[in-house]
Amino acid sequence: MSKQKKKTVTKYSKSNMSSTEYQSFAKTQEPPRTVLKNCLMAFLIGGAICTLGQGVTELYMHFFKMTSEEASNPTVATLILVSVILTSLGVYDKFAQIAGAGSAVPVTGFANSMASAAIEHRAEGLVLGTGSNMFKLAGSVIVFGTVAAFIVGIAYIVLGIGGH
Amino acid sequence: MLRGQQSWWFEKAPKIISTATIVGPLEGLGPLADTFDVIHPELDMNEKTWEKAERLMLNQATQKALTKANLDSSDLQIYVGGDLLNQIITNSFVARELAIPYLGVFGACSTSMESLAIVAQLVSSGAVKYGMAATSSHNATAEKQFRYPTEYGAQKPPTAQNTITGSGAAIVSLQGKGPSIEAATIGKVIDLGITDPFNMGAAMAPAAVDTIIAHFNDLNRTPLDYDLIITGDLASVGHPIAKELLLKEGVPINQTCFDDCGLRIYDIEQQDVQAGGSGAGCSAVITYGQIVQQLTEGKLKRVLMVATGALMSPISFQQGDTIPCIAHAVALKGMGVE
Repeated sequence: MSKQKKKTVTKYSKSNMSSTEYQSFAKTQEPPRTVLKNCLMAFLIGGAICTLGQGVTELYMHFFKMTSEEASNPTVATLILVSVILTSLGVYDKFAQIAGAGSAVPVTGFANSMASAAIEHRAEGLVLGTGSNMFKLAGSVIVFGTVAAFIVGIAYIVLGIGGH
Repeated sequence: MLRGQQSWWFEKAPKIISTATIVGPLEGLGPLADTFDVIHPELDMNEKTWEKAERLMLNQATQKALTKANLDSSDLQIYVGGDLLNQIITNSFVARELAIPYLGVFGACSTSMESLAIVAQLVSSGAVKYGMAATSSHNATAEKQFRYPTEYGAQKPPTAQNTITGSGAAIVSLQGKGPSIEAATIGKVIDLGITDPFNMGAAMAPAAVDTIIAHFNDLNRTPLDYDLIITGDLASVGHPIAKELLLKEGVPINQTCFDDCGLRIYDIEQQDVQAGGSGAGCSAVITYGQIVQQLTEGKLKRVLMVATGALMSPISFQQGDTIPCIAHAVALKGMGVE
């Protein structure tokens, strides 16, 4: 310190901003989320994926003489296959940054969540890695899907509509 | 020597005699590409796992720093390092290769200056002759541990920061040539209640401000004493917040160049990185790359590097806890500056 220039500097005080004050200040500094644009992209891209699915259904109906009901399962399988291939090629996550909910909500998003987890955790082995982590993200969809189906089922019975 | 409550003034100023920086592909496309020693064109660096890739990078950084200084690892008496992975595993493997006394540290993205401050103190006090500080982060290992699988399609908000892929190492000693380490200010944990892990810049900004003010007060300095005061990854959301908070506290920060590593590492407009870079490697590759080079060339005289860290764990934020943050500052002086 001896070599340092001697000078008098006023000490800076700290005003001790409260947490709530800071949080509301920080909120004002966040860049606005592009909600409208995100909704539009989700609508367009989600819609495009569904249109693609419809196209695949039509193909199955036309070339394999399936009914629309019969064609639905192979259609879903086709979309899952496309999604898994795009995930493996490292494209789906980049596409999702633009598409948002548009690529997350359709079945392709579900397939992506499973495929990405399976690939990511392959390094930890087939059983403890891929096997136990594959449903890491998709698991909650299954759990809440089953719970929702159960509640709807009960509602049907109680109200006496539907069911056989 | 202790100054004030938080700062160490090094009477015998240790020098950074050698540095090395290794980065991944995205950083290699950024504006600082020519300041790095090695740029890996592939994120997996031809290794079987992301974790092994990060280890390879840190190994390369430590070895390159040794080669540049014309030293062997047995010439060093301490290695202080940290990274973002659980149990700072990358560093433990790298320390195994170095086979020298090792202290593992964790300060999230502030690890770079935490390790450098500790090594400087050990060298200055005479506990060791040569010491190395090194830090690393890898985008994919961090994503895997803190967020989602690499290929999972989740839309990131504009406040999110991109963990950089990079490793930086520095060898510190009283002997040899290089920019010197004048002082270090060790930060306190500051937590103003931000809970969003996709807005770490806002969470960390108050910690940076706290450490900067403590540094000025402890050492009787002002922003004018530095050509550059650079925070370690607050990025485009946190950095303006820190600036505004400093001005509110009466610190004339606009008298000097006040910048941020998370803003420097990428071209924010062109590269898809949301608010900018983050990660333990970010401030390391910039300090041990561009800043040390400019201090050596005389383009910079005095620099205050303030590395900030968000000390949350994946469990803590899922349980709704706030993000405890910290910032450590190291004051660097160019060669031949009085």
